[in-house]
Order: sequence, then structure tokens, then C-alpha cells
Amino acid sequence: MERIPILKMGDCLLVTIQVDMHDRLATTLQDDLTERIASTRARGVVIDISALEIVDSFIGRMLGNIAAMSRVLDAQTVVVGMQPAVAITLVELGLSLPGVSTALNVEKGMALIGRAVGKAEGTNGGPET
Amino acid sequence: MAVLRRETRPVRAAPDIVAARQVVREWAVTMGFSLVDQTKIVTAASELARNVVVYGGGGTLSLEALNDGNRRGLRLAFEDNGPGIPDIEAALRDGFTTGSGLGLGLGGAKRLCNEFEIESRPGEGTRVVIARWK
Repeated sequence: MERIPILKMGDCLLVTIQVDMHDRLATTLQDDLTERIASTRARGVVIDISALEIVDSFIGRMLGNIAAMSRVLDAQTVVVGMQPAVAITLVELGLSLPGVSTALNVEKGMALIGRAVGKAEGTNGGPET
Repeated sequence: MAVLRRETRPVRAAPDIVAARQVVREWAVTMGFSLVDQTKIVTAASELARNVVVYGGGGTLSLEALNDGNRRGLRLAFEDNGPGIPDIEAALRDGFTTGSGLGLGLGGAKRLCNEFEIESRPGEGTRVVIARWK
């Protein structure tokens, strides 16, 4: 079955969506990511959508679901690289992706997660030894 | 108003939603729509094609390139012979859904286009026509 690859980079999982996703592929990605967050104990998920030419309500819902599920599993999701035309269209469609963090590119998304994880560990009594 | 070009495509199953997005994109590019306008009509087409597959049990997409003298437009008609929509006003409201979606499809598609028409008869089917002008 066709699948979108999920890469592990340190504490993060990186997903780069490079195809025009049909609905089943989006649902599969959602399930695969949830499993990988649990099995790798990742603290963050970066989803790069810079190659996506549209985000409709189905894909928007998938992004929201991934963010919600990862939050429950103690990981933070950042969606990066959204094209300006896609952002304009999404808002007009009525979808503002509540609960989904965004960043301009992968590097900034990783930095955002790094800061969030560092902060959380700082307030919980410092790094594990 | 002149119809410069016309084509009808089947929209039966999930992969046809992707195919619908691609054909609408091709037409919008050929007609010289801006990137934002292309994105809007392709997104609207994706929502409406999904409705045809999920709620209408399959149907067709007809594309028309229009010229009304001083402007050009792309008109898309989505038709199915499904159960129809009993309450169109409710279906157009954001957040209303009888399925598992977000309820943004119809209302969202309407906002993304310049023209929007919907006709539906319970037991006979639904026809949604949208147009975007440049």
C-alpha cells in the first residue's frame, strides 16, 4: 500500500508530503504517525506541506487530528511551509486550523519544538540524569 | 455568453477526487488564472467532488470555459443521482454535516467562487454549479 514516509530526527518525527494526497492516504498517515509517536517517544512532529498545492477541509481535518492526537501523546505538532495561496484559500474556506502550530520552514519548526520541549523539562525539575 | 470548451468527467470513487482537482487545475492554468484564483477554484472543486462521492454515490463533473465578451470564466457543474439534500439552507451552514466531515464543504465552496447555484430533489439527486471569473 502507498504510504508517506516518516523520518526520525532526534526527538522529532519529520513528514514531508510530496504528493497530491487522496483521502485514504491522509487517513493512513494519521494512523501511522500516531503509532510512531508512541513507539519512538517523539516529542515533536514536523509536517512539511510546502509541496501541497491545496489544503481542503479533509486535509485540514487530518492536520487538526494529528495535532490533537500528538498532544495527547505528549508531543507537539508544527505544520511548516504552507504556500501563501493555500493559506488565503484555507481562511476563506472557513478553516483556521485551531490548535495547530505553524512555522515558516522545517528549521524554524524544529526550533519551535526544541524550545517547547526544553521549557517543559525545565519546569519539571531539570533534565533527566 | 460563449462556451469555448466543454468536457465531462466521471466522479465515482475517492481517486476521482484527486483527478478532479488535477483537471480543474489544468484548465485554470490554461485560462491564465492567478495562483490564488487557481487554488480557490481547485479547493472548491475538491470539496464538491468529495460530496458527489461520499453523499451522492458518484456522478459527474462538467467543465466549461466561458467568454462573456470582456471576461473569461471557468464554470464547473457537479451532478449526482444520490439521495438529494432535504434542507439546503442547513447544508450550506458552516458546521452542518450528516457525515463525518467538518461541514465546511458546501458553504466553503460557495465562499471560494463568484457564482454558486445548488439544486437538489430528495430521491433524485443534486446539482451544484460554481463559476469563477477573471
